[in-house]
Amino acid sequence: MKVFLIAALVTLSVGAQPRGAPAGAAATAKASAPMDMTGYWVAFVTEDWRFRMVTPRKGDYQAVPMTDQARKIADAWDPAADEASGNQCKAYGAAAIMRVPARFHITWQDDNTLRVDSDSGMQTRLFHFNSPPLSPGERTWQGYSTGQWQRPPSLKVATTNLRSGYLRKNGVPYSENAAVTEYFDIAPLPSGGQVLLVTTIVDDPEYLQQPFIVSSQFKKEADGSKWDPTPCTAK
Amino acid sequence: MGSDAVHRKMSRATATILADVFLCLFACGTAAAQVEITGSWAARNHEVLTGDGLPVDFTGIPLSEEGRIRALSYSESQLAMVERQCQGWPAFYFVQGPFGLKIWSETDPLKGNVISYTIGGWEDRAPLTIWMDGRPHPSKYAEHTRAGFTTGTWDGSTLVTYTTHMKAGFLRKTGAPSSDEATMTARFYRHGDILTVLAIIEDPIYLAEPWILSRSFQLSATPLSPIGPPCITTYEGVTRETAPHYLPEKNPFVDEMTAKYGVPRDAAIGKPETLYPEYRRNISPAAPVR
Repeated sequence: MKVFLIAALVTLSVGAQPRGAPAGAAATAKASAPMDMTGYWVAFVTEDWRFRMVTPRKGDYQAVPMTDQARKIADAWDPAADEASGNQCKAYGAAAIMRVPARFHITWQDDNTLRVDSDSGMQTRLFHFNSPPLSPGERTWQGYSTGQWQRPPSLKVATTNLRSGYLRKNGVPYSENAAVTEYFDIAPLPSGGQVLLVTTIVDDPEYLQQPFIVSSQFKKEADGSKWDPTPCTAK
Repeated sequence: MGSDAVHRKMSRATATILADVFLCLFACGTAAAQVEITGSWAARNHEVLTGDGLPVDFTGIPLSEEGRIRALSYSESQLAMVERQCQGWPAFYFVQGPFGLKIWSETDPLKGNVISYTIGGWEDRAPLTIWMDGRPHPSKYAEHTRAGFTTGTWDGSTLVTYTTHMKAGFLRKTGAPSSDEATMTARFYRHGDILTVLAIIEDPIYLAEPWILSRSFQLSATPLSPIGPPCITTYEGVTRETAPHYLPEKNPFVDEMTAKYGVPRDAAIGKPETLYPEYRRNISPAAPVR
């Protein structure tokens, strides 16, 4: 009985180690990944169609909990001026990119960095696992993201150090102090295939009255044959 | 009591404890892998899932040809008919509607395991019971109800539910129809105080492909009501001899989305190809900006 119990405990203990982790070595994010997010994913736009697939008209801010200051900025939205000043990617920043109707290509850049490329807007996000603390550097559209595997299994991504941008293409702003938290989950489709679910939470005390929470879904594609890189556009 | 008897008794006790520990490695581990989903989950309506602002707004729904024809024949004045005022919406309305979720569980009083979860209802939404005790779905000839019949299982720490036996109803309040053959697979993901529900709705009659929705809720310290006000019918001017509708190609609202929001007609009437990014190539970028 005791021998059996000890054997069972040892078996369970070994089974709890990450997949592919060499004995005695710290597992890399890639080796310890509880799910495989790599591949091509296409946005399946079943929600907010008129805010995402077409550029909403100025003043159409339905459902965004904006502050008065944010509303003033959005009311002054000028896409031509954004393009002229080289800010045509303001609606493609980390707080909004997963709502852009696009295809996303997810790969491992290295053992501890997950890379997400978008064809629309041609943006690149890097999720750093096991990385040292961020030293404040240049702010970028995609900011600095850290990744962490969690249950259900899931990927939690925290992003800061952003350039200010737009939550929606018609100038609904988020500030450079916004913090973005995302959860990536994968689900099977009943009839075959996979869905990537991304829950996005944007905290921005300057321009949002409460955290802005949306969730977006993507269908997995067999290959990159429909990959269509197109630059950012402000209109 | 002799020393052998004491030794045997202690051995039995030790074996019992070890056996309990061993069983707990599996049973307790399974429970620990689950998450608590009961409580009050407030709606955060930061994305528009209801889509009922204009009469013909089927954007984001991959309707089949049959679904589109039926949807365009619908007049919202049907809701003024006495017999339809309290018809309510099918189970998937809990993902689309503007309300939060009040979720509670029923447990076996002896074993403590969850027998069912219930998502509270509202005036126009029936309570949804999720059976967790392994019972099968009823015969396909069994009665269909507004809420349908739902079973649930845990996939790690994700609750997965499957709903069948819903009455024919609507995918959206604007008249996009659902048949009584529609089913819904839902997955409940809890991340801290955020509960995100992914719903995959299949309908072999009115959908050209599965319709995938998701919605997030936030845990609330303020209790939500498990029920809504009762639905009470009243005469609203539509006689029993009348069923408001539009004949084919006679829906007067078919171009309102285009006029008001610059949404192409194909998207407004729910053509499946309009749900993918490449459809944007067909849209004039200059039209909507004012």
